[in-house]
Amino acid sequence: MAVGRVHLGPSLRSGGFLVSGLATRPAPPDEGAVREILRGVADPEIPSVSIVDLGMVERLEVGPGGIEVELLPTFVGCPAQDFIRDAVIEALAPLGRPTVVGYSFRVPWTSDRITAAGRANLTAAGFAPPAEPRDVRCPRCGSGVVVRDSYFGPTQCRSLWYCRDCRQPFEAFKPI
Amino acid sequence: MTPTSVMSGLDTPTRSALAGLLLAMADDDFVIGFSDSEWTGIAPILEEDVAMSSIAQDELGHAKVLYELLAGLLDDGRDADALAYDREPEAYRHARLLDHGRGDWATTIARRFLYDTADAARLASIGDGWPPLAELVAKIRREERYHVMHALAWVDRLARAGGEARTRFAAALEALAPDAPTVLAAPEGEAALLEAGILARPMSAAFRGWRTEVFGILGPLGITLALEAATDATRHRATPSDDFRWLWGEFTSVRRSDPGASW
Repeated sequence: MAVGRVHLGPSLRSGGFLVSGLATRPAPPDEGAVREILRGVADPEIPSVSIVDLGMVERLEVGPGGIEVELLPTFVGCPAQDFIRDAVIEALAPLGRPTVVGYSFRVPWTSDRITAAGRANLTAAGFAPPAEPRDVRCPRCGSGVVVRDSYFGPTQCRSLWYCRDCRQPFEAFKPI
Repeated sequence: MTPTSVMSGLDTPTRSALAGLLLAMADDDFVIGFSDSEWTGIAPILEEDVAMSSIAQDELGHAKVLYELLAGLLDDGRDADALAYDREPEAYRHARLLDHGRGDWATTIARRFLYDTADAARLASIGDGWPPLAELVAKIRREERYHVMHALAWVDRLARAGGEARTRFAAALEALAPDAPTVLAAPEGEAALLEAGILARPMSAAFRGWRTEVFGILGPLGITLALEAATDATRHRATPSDDFRWLWGEFTSVRRSDPGASW
């Protein structure tokens, strides 16, 4: 990504971009291979859902000059941002290419960006995927007889719910 | 790296007005974020302990990026942390509404309700004249929707509860009402911001819309408030309250204990 454009956005944030150096210049990896590597990078709180399936990867450019990854924060103040950025740098380091990873607000991340696989993995991990309140289902028993206890949960992206059928509390991703 | 101030293509008066707007927005979010984080661990119920902590985290996150935008615009060597923590209490530009301490739960909810609705009106007034701010605001508004829903649920609960809950809540609203409109005071250089499209409408229009909304919410609950438009000159106190000085001492204590430390 052109540095000038990068710096037009709030991605100016201190430490928002990390650049890894390189010593050798092997053949450029293809984009599919890079994306496959990013499928192995996850939010530290939801290890079963990759940042690709969360819809955080807005742009990926793989060229002779190196690799550029533009990420979208799920929430503006999400404290996992630096961790995820560092994890992407680390995951791509073995490719031996100059790598630039940054966050931007060029387009807002929305919960609609989570892929079908991402939604399935959220449910498997015990979280209800984002949905309008009438469509929220208990991730354990599938019941729709659920009630929202609170708009806010233990992380910015989750709310607190209770299933009246299996009588268990659960967390749902906020539709945003 | 090319600083935003050079990239922005804004003339000096517009840049100066934009800096004032960013500082006011950042300080508002920063101060209410820190103030409400005081509830962490001691809120009336567990769910609210979690909610107030999450809301405070949102506000501090919004403030952080606003300070980063401001740091890029000012390009004077100060980063977001320096802007947030390295000023004397008199240099903060938070609205008078946020100069009050968090008080009891009724005061906290009254202030959150007044601030969340006013802040939403302010965010809705940001135009697309300066993309970095417009893009950030588009994202922030999606998050703030939850703050407003949370505040409205509590307004309804306290106002309809009757007894001490309603009495305290109504008293808190009345006490805060004179300072609530300061969130929507017209910023210095507003004409330049409107000309550049950084503001899509004057703050006076935002204020009128907000007042109508607040009256529409409180009226059916039998609560009336007097809300008068504020000017930039009266937006913040020249001499901060003791409540704010105490809060400032808290939120700068770690920074002052080891300036420049990295984590």
